Order: sequence, then structure tokens, then C-alpha cells
Amino acid sequence: MKMINLTINNVPVEVPEGTTLIQAALKAGFKVPSLCWHPDLAPTAACGICVCDVEGYPVPKRACATPVTEGMKVNTNSRELRELRKTILELVLANHDVKCPTCVANGKCELQQLAYTMDIDMEKVPKLLEMKPIDYSSPSIVRDTNKCINCGRCITVCNDIQTVYALTFADRGFEAHVDTAMSWGIGNSACVNCGQCTVYCPTGALREKDDTDKVWDALLDPTKHVVVQEAPSIRASLGDEFGMDMGTVTPGKMYAALRALGFDSVMDTNFTADLTIMEEGTECVENLKKHTGKPVITSCSPGWVKFVETYYPDLTPYVSTAKSPMSMFGALSKTYYPEVHGLDPKDIVSVAIMPCTAKKFEAQRPELARDGVPDTDIVLTTREFLRMIHEAGIDFQNIKEAKPDEGMSFYTGAGTIFGATGGVMEAAIRSAYFLVTGQDLENPNIEAVRGLKGVKEAVITIPGFGDVKVAVANGLGNARKVMDKIQQQINETGSTEYHFVEIMACPGGCVGGGGQPFGNGIAQRARRGEALYKEDANMDFRCSHHNPEITKIYADYLEKPGSHKAHELLHTYYFGRDKFKGQVEKQTTGLDSHH
Amino acid sequence: MKFYRSHILLGMSETSIEAGAKKIELALKSELSKRNLQDEIDVLETGPLGFFAKGVCLKVYPENVLYENVTVEDIPELVEEHFLKGRPVKRLLATTTRVEAYDFNYKERNVLENSGIIDPEDIEEYIGVGGYEAWEKALLKMKPEEIIAEVKESGLRGRGGAGFPTGLKWSFTAPIDSPEKHLVINADEGEPGTFKDRLIMEGDPHKLLEGMMIACRAFGANKGFIYIRGEYKLCIERLKHAINQCRSYGILGQDIFGSGFNLDFDIKVGAGAYVCGEETALIESLEGNRGNPRFKPPFPGVKGLWQTPTVVNNVETIANVPTIINKGAEWYKSLGVNGATGTKVYTLMGDVAMPGLTEVPMGITLRDIINKYGGGMLRGKKFKGALVGGAAGVILSDKLLDVKMDYESLKEYTAVLGSGAIMVMGEEVDMVEMLWSILRFFRHESCGKCFPCRLGTQQLYNIICKIRDGEGKEEDLESMILLSDAMVKSSFCALGQSPYMPIKSSILNFRNDFLKRIK
Repeated sequence: MKMINLTINNVPVEVPEGTTLIQAALKAGFKVPSLCWHPDLAPTAACGICVCDVEGYPVPKRACATPVTEGMKVNTNSRELRELRKTILELVLANHDVKCPTCVANGKCELQQLAYTMDIDMEKVPKLLEMKPIDYSSPSIVRDTNKCINCGRCITVCNDIQTVYALTFADRGFEAHVDTAMSWGIGNSACVNCGQCTVYCPTGALREKDDTDKVWDALLDPTKHVVVQEAPSIRASLGDEFGMDMGTVTPGKMYAALRALGFDSVMDTNFTADLTIMEEGTECVENLKKHTGKPVITSCSPGWVKFVETYYPDLTPYVSTAKSPMSMFGALSKTYYPEVHGLDPKDIVSVAIMPCTAKKFEAQRPELARDGVPDTDIVLTTREFLRMIHEAGIDFQNIKEAKPDEGMSFYTGAGTIFGATGGVMEAAIRSAYFLVTGQDLENPNIEAVRGLKGVKEAVITIPGFGDVKVAVANGLGNARKVMDKIQQQINETGSTEYHFVEIMACPGGCVGGGGQPFGNGIAQRARRGEALYKEDANMDFRCSHHNPEITKIYADYLEKPGSHKAHELLHTYYFGRDKFKGQVEKQTTGLDSHH
Repeated sequence: MKFYRSHILLGMSETSIEAGAKKIELALKSELSKRNLQDEIDVLETGPLGFFAKGVCLKVYPENVLYENVTVEDIPELVEEHFLKGRPVKRLLATTTRVEAYDFNYKERNVLENSGIIDPEDIEEYIGVGGYEAWEKALLKMKPEEIIAEVKESGLRGRGGAGFPTGLKWSFTAPIDSPEKHLVINADEGEPGTFKDRLIMEGDPHKLLEGMMIACRAFGANKGFIYIRGEYKLCIERLKHAINQCRSYGILGQDIFGSGFNLDFDIKVGAGAYVCGEETALIESLEGNRGNPRFKPPFPGVKGLWQTPTVVNNVETIANVPTIINKGAEWYKSLGVNGATGTKVYTLMGDVAMPGLTEVPMGITLRDIINKYGGGMLRGKKFKGALVGGAAGVILSDKLLDVKMDYESLKEYTAVLGSGAIMVMGEEVDMVEMLWSILRFFRHESCGKCFPCRLGTQQLYNIICKIRDGEGKEEDLESMILLSDAMVKSSFCALGQSPYMPIKSSILNFRNDFLKRIK
């Protein structure tokens, strides 16, 4: 690779050709201020805050989009640049609904931080803002145009990374704003609720729909029995908020905090992750044995499920009928759990702590309810959970670790790696191998499916069956690549080369979920993912089929994987959706008598 | 071929058609038939004659008589008096200054040499006046590098506003080895008050096509697009017609003139956003995306339309090319001054006696343009100022009436030639209103992508509204200049850099107009 030498504020720095000024400046030790640039996303070069003086140019250049050239001399902080940045920032604030104290992004807002460092006098800021209604149309995401600065990150992530195309710029000039098709609102769009826009939004313009009040109401209602589950990635996403190292895995403190908040029963989604492997793995093995030439595609990621329903309804028959771990937990919390504990299912409030905004949508799916009551009553994102911990004044860092309640909380390493891309695949391979051969893999680590590469492929040889071709994609743009290939192969030859496919809607998998703390970029996701693999490596049980609570629930209640009872409680069906409004057009699976 | 005693030229442009030119043509023809003159007097449709605000005009040859404001009711009298009895109808005659200006105008024409003379819808007429000879020469007798060298030598600079040397632009793209290259003609003409490209295309569409062909040959493109604003209906119609004619004549298509060179053109109709005149925004729009500008580098010459090397040229620029190839760079250089060669087409409007189109050599003073070609000030008004170069231009005061109109001379006064729009303002024009209208325009036309432009244009508009409403303060003037200067330094594309010049020049030159509103 050709290297380029330049000096930034008199500091010499060498970077590869094609590097932008803003990246080179980081290497030289200078963070050029910006509102629209993000290291994970292609620059939109919208804000103009990152302008820098480059010797030989009459006007400053945008550092985010200017490639470095040999011998370039750059100044990132002249008097004139400071004035320029201040002028732009004042205009941005003039058109921003400044409600910092109550804003969800308070403390994490990039606009707030920049304004703080730049000594802005709010008295001198003109008034440009015309208040517009807030978009509450989605069960997952709230869009507040009044806080939007038009940086375009949400559009970049929605269109370029996720290829969902729910967001776009509409109108021009001062009226230009981020909008959904026909201004029908985010809940009536192709949006799959993945929430990546909320993670990358520099302000509080895009946020999760806050359901903490509902949880408080349930917790403070003595007639309710509140059950809680936490997704695998949650335990790796809490510590850094409280000054611990990024990616510290803290299940014990997590359970303790939930108990301190007053939940009646604290159990774990990781348990149902293991259960998912039993159901999905069995489905996969049956499919292998039948040599259908069709794949089994995972169904745990609700953003992915809505995506496949919207953009590839013809492929929904290949999506595993197994419910997601959250919804399996939800169904059991309203059936098995009250039966065992002698409770009335009506009194149970089932709460899920998820890294995911799309889970809020999943919980509202009518097919995942019993007599009109959803199996999962309330879904909180990691961010909402953190806010509750703060509100309750829990000293998370020093809280004494606790254990969860028995019955639906024991988990194996296979369950915990569900939180990272490739984890479901790895867990499924461990169990599928066992289901076919009756033996465990000698080495349970399937390195080929780990890591943040967009599309990962591997061939696993299972004695007695042969080669199994698997694909793992994280991020919906990558999912689209795999689906296009499968769709083409099936259309042309009637079968595909893939036997098992894992898709996670969010880049990095659940550790990169749309409900994760703001500023959760690729670097943070990698750390959290590694932490989960470390937890797995240190566990006594690393395969779902060895989970004693799993063995017990099948023996006591569910009979065996794929049984009639299991189907009734743990499996679901899918729909085709229209691309404009994302609404159900027709049911595409589960119409014939199943199995 | 029939021989006619007289030819009546009837300019067919969007504006004259609006004024009833088609009806007049019908009336004229039927009246001539009634008098049995149809074999003696020929009625010819041509492109725009270059006049505005004077209704339908007729030019009669060989008498060289110009009629204006002709109506259908005038036709019987006109035919009887002029064509039967040989006595021009005095009450319809244009004034002497108009006739003189008209003739004067035509002497120095290059881009518009055929406009108003030949029938723009007949390729034979274009060929008849030497059309496509330059294309043949360029294709069969010149190497691509020779074409570029000739255009470089001619000193031709872009006529869209920025004035970038055309030959140089081509020479960047020519050596790039790419399976596909594109020529895109910017016919989006959005600068307020500018309509020169419309009249070039209405009057002589083949001239543009021939220039495009030569350009494509020069840098190796096999496909050309004309990005034209949707409002230009007649242009679109005539260009489509002209392209089809070229295809059927083998001037466009496969293996043109047996040279082995393939070329075709297509038209893309835009929705008329001002920002789509910015070349990268235009390319985005051409690709079917929102017309937002792209970051440069990479420049379009390297990665443009669908990531292929693309040259974007203005209509007028390209319409200069056939003449350069025909008459040579030396001849072209002999026109103009100060490193600005050739002619420039201006749209002259506002408080002048004869608003319209004029093509003059580079370097003519503003005073000459107004007096010689525009027939002086309207009703003898006193000259107050002129907005030169469109909304993004400069409002010149009377002190600069004798500045030569070329790139370098204007630059000394931080003014630009821009698109060639000249809006002349008489003494009663209020610069506050003028600036208000300009800033309202920018506020509306900003694409909204870049912060300094989107928010800055709104804030500037708010300030000028405040001043206009009598609520302004003197320091508002300074803050407008400062803000627009910051926009020059931080905006993504030229649009956000544009408000500075009209603001600065109007406040500097006409400060009293502003102070009157403030006090």
C-alpha cells in the first residue's frame, strides 16, 4: 500500500493513500470536531464543522472527505476556523430544539458536547426553529425532527449499510428534512425497526420508544408478578456505563440490579437461546436428512424477520419456524412458569431486556400472543434499562452479584454467544453435530463463523451426513447479498448450496443492536463480542443439549424438540409485507398442517 | 427549387409562440394564398430572432424590414400594403435603433449565427449553411488530440459561469482508459434571468449537437446526454427531432462516416432545481438520485456519471466548438481581449429599451452592451446598477459601466461574468427589494444538504426580511456580509458561496438604500 506523508499542526504523520484528513488527524493526535462524520460510515460531508486549512487552497477544506496528498500541510485550529465553526454551530443550535436536561441523548449528544467546548453564547443564537410534530407511529422508534440536525447519518446507515431504504431526505433548502416515504411516519414505512439510526444519531432526534414507565407501573403494582429476561448481549453492555472496562461481562451484577429494581422473578433469555438451538437445530437436522436442497435460515433477529418478510417474502418458507429466544421465553412465562409456580397467567407481566428496538415490534406481533395478550408484555432496550438503574440510584459497579431464579435461567456457552454475529450458527453446529453423530465436537470453537466480517462462509463435515455449507451475515446489507444469491440459485436450479444460514440485522450481531448505548460503534461491538466468546470459553457447559434445565423442561413439559407441544409454544409463522408501508399483505408460511 | 421574391422570417420561440406566432403564421399563409402570392412570398419558421417584450416580430428579406408587435388583425393590411403594393406598413415598423441594433447584433455572431435565419427543425438547412462540416473534419481528418489542441489553443472557456478552460477539461479525461466515458451537456440553465441556452437550442439545435459530437470524439465518449430543464419544452422537442434527424442521416449512430466511431445522444429532462446546474448534483440527478452535489475529488472527469469519466459542459461552450474547428483557433482568438477569447451570449433585460439576446466579442464594456445592443436605457431612465451573472453575480454600480466584460477584468472588481445574464436597473429600483428577492431565491434553491448553506441562506433571508420590514439595524448589514463570507469558506458547493457577491456588492454600492429602510 502506498503511504502518504503529511503534517497536521506541524506534527508529521504517515497514512495509507486514500485516508481522509480527519482520519489522518486522529492518527496525528487531533480530533477534528464534526457533527456528521462517524468512523463507521461513509462521509456525508454535510456539517462543514470539520473544515481545516490546507496550505495552497484559498478556502478551508472539509477534513472528513478530503483525501490526503503527499506533503500536505494542514492546520486544524486557526482563529478563522474557530470563527467558522462557531458560526455554523450557532446556526445549528438556532434550528435545534434545545431540551438538553430531558433529552434521551443528554450527556452523549455530540451537538451538546461540541457546543460545550466552543463557548457558545445562547443569547446570540438566532431563532430559526419551526416546531414540527414528533413521529410516534412506530412501536420501536421515535423520530423528533425538531432535534434533527440533518447530518444524514441515519439515512446512510439505513440505506447504505442496512439497505432498508426507510429514510430519505425530503424537500429542499431550509425545509429539507429526513422523512419516510410519503411522510407516512416511521411506523408506516419499510422500517424494520433495527434501530441502527438511533445508535448513530448524533443527537436525540432518533430514539427508542420509551417503555420504562410501563415497567415501573408493573413493578409498583402489588397484584402483578413481574418476570424478567435479559438477552445474551446485555451482560456485556452495561459495565462501561459505570466506569468498568468496555465489554466486561457482568451477569451477576445484572441479576442483582434487576432484583434491586423489584422484579419478582429474574431469569435469563440465554436459557431460551439454548432452547432455540434445540428446536432450530432439530429443524435443521431434519432438513439435512431430507436433502431438500433448501436452507434453514435463523429467525432470532426481529429486524431481519421483518426485512425478509418485506424484501424476500418468497424466501420466508426457509426461515426457521422456531420463535426467537425472547418469544420462547415469553410463551413459557405465560404457560410453563405459572403452571410450575401455581400462578394465574393473567397476573404475570413478562418483561424483556433486549439490545434491540425491533424486539418492541416483535412483542406486538399478534401471532405471538395468547387470547390477545402478548406473551412478552414489555420490551426495554439496554438504554432504557440503564436509565432505570440510574433512576433507582443503584450502585451498579459495587452491587453484590446475585444469582437468577431457577427454572428458566441456566445457560450454556452456546446460549451466551447468541449475542455476537456467528454465535447462533456456532451454537447450532455444536448441537447439530451431536444430534447426527451422537457425539460432541472435539473442538467446539468454530472460528470460521466468528468476527465482524460481513458475510462469513464455512463448510463443516459431519460424519454420517457429509459436508454442511453454512453462511453467516451481519447487517442487512450483507444479508441482502446472501439472500440474492440464495434466491437466484433456487430460482435457477431449485436448490441452493447453503444448508444453514444465520442472519443478524445489526452489524456485529446483538452486541451492535439498535437498543445498545449511544455511540456503540464497530470498535465497541467488537469488544463486546469478544467478551461473550470469552464467557463461553470459560463455561462448564458449552453445548445447548447439555443444559440440565433444558433436559428438565423437555422431560417435564415439552416432551422433545419438535413435539406437538413444542410447536404450539415455540414455533411461529411468517407473512409477506408491502415495501411501502411494511404492512402485512398475506401469510406466507404455516398455512398447511405443520409437521 | 422554387424562387421567391421575398422571404418572411418568423421567429418561433417559446415566447413568440406564447405571443401568438403560430396563429400569425397561419393567418399570413392564408392571406398570401388569398392574394395568390404563395409562390412569390415564402414564410419561413426560424429560431428566436433575439427580441423580447415586442410581441411577434417579422423580418422580411431582401427588403431588410423588421416588424414588431404584429397581430393577426394586422395581417390583411400587411400583405396588401407590403407584399402586393410594395409599401412597408409604417405603424408596425420597428424603430431605427432597433433595426440598427438588430443588424449590428448579427455581424458578430458565432454561436447564434444561424439562429433566426435557418429553420431549426430542418437538418438540410443546417447542412446548407455549412453544418456538420466541422464534425466531418474532426472525425475524418483530425486526431482526437489535435481537436483538443485546437480547442485549447482557441482559449475557449466554460460559459456556464466558472470559466474553466474547455480544452484543458477535455484533456484530463481524454487519457483515462475506460470502457465507457460520457459527455453531459448542462442545459439546466437555472440562473435567474438567463435564457441564452434556451435560445441557442431553440434557434440552432444542430449547432449544439455538432459541438457535442466533436467533444465526444476529442475525449473518447460514445454517449452524450443533454440534461435539460423540463420547462424548456420547445428545446426538448427540437433537440429530440434533431437527434432523430442525425440518426437517420448517419451523422449519429454506428460507424459514423465509415470512421468506425460510434456515438449516440440522449435527453434527460430535469425538474428545474437550481442546484442541478452544479455539475455533480446534475450527475446525481441524471442517475435518478436526489440532486445533491457530490464531494470533489474525485472530479467528474475521473469518476462522474455512473462512476465513469464524464465531461460536463455548458450548452453555449459546446456551441462554440464547431466554429473553432471550422475557422481555426487563430480566428477565434482574434475575437475578444485579455485572455478571454471568442464571443459571449448575453441575456439583456430589465430597464433597457430592447431586452433580449445579444452575442458580442468578449471585452465589450457594459455601457456598450446597454447602449449599442440594448438600445439604451428604457424611456431614458437613469442607470442605477446592473446585476451581472445571475443571482450569484454582482450588482455593479454606474462606476463600473466602462469595465470590460471578460473574466479577468471583472475579477479585478470581484465580479464575475457568470452565465451572461445582465439585469439592468433604473434609478427607481430599490436594492433592498432586489437583495430580498435574491436571498429568497437562494433560500428556496439550497439543496439542504450542507449546514452552512441550508441554515445560512435561511438566516440571511430572515435578516433581509427584517430590514425590509423596517425592523433592521445597521449592524445587520455587517452580519449579513460576515455570515455570507463564512458560507463562502465552509459551504459544500458553489450555491452556498453564492449569496456573498450580491450581498457584498449591493451593500457596498447602494448602502443608502438599506439605511433608508433602517432609519
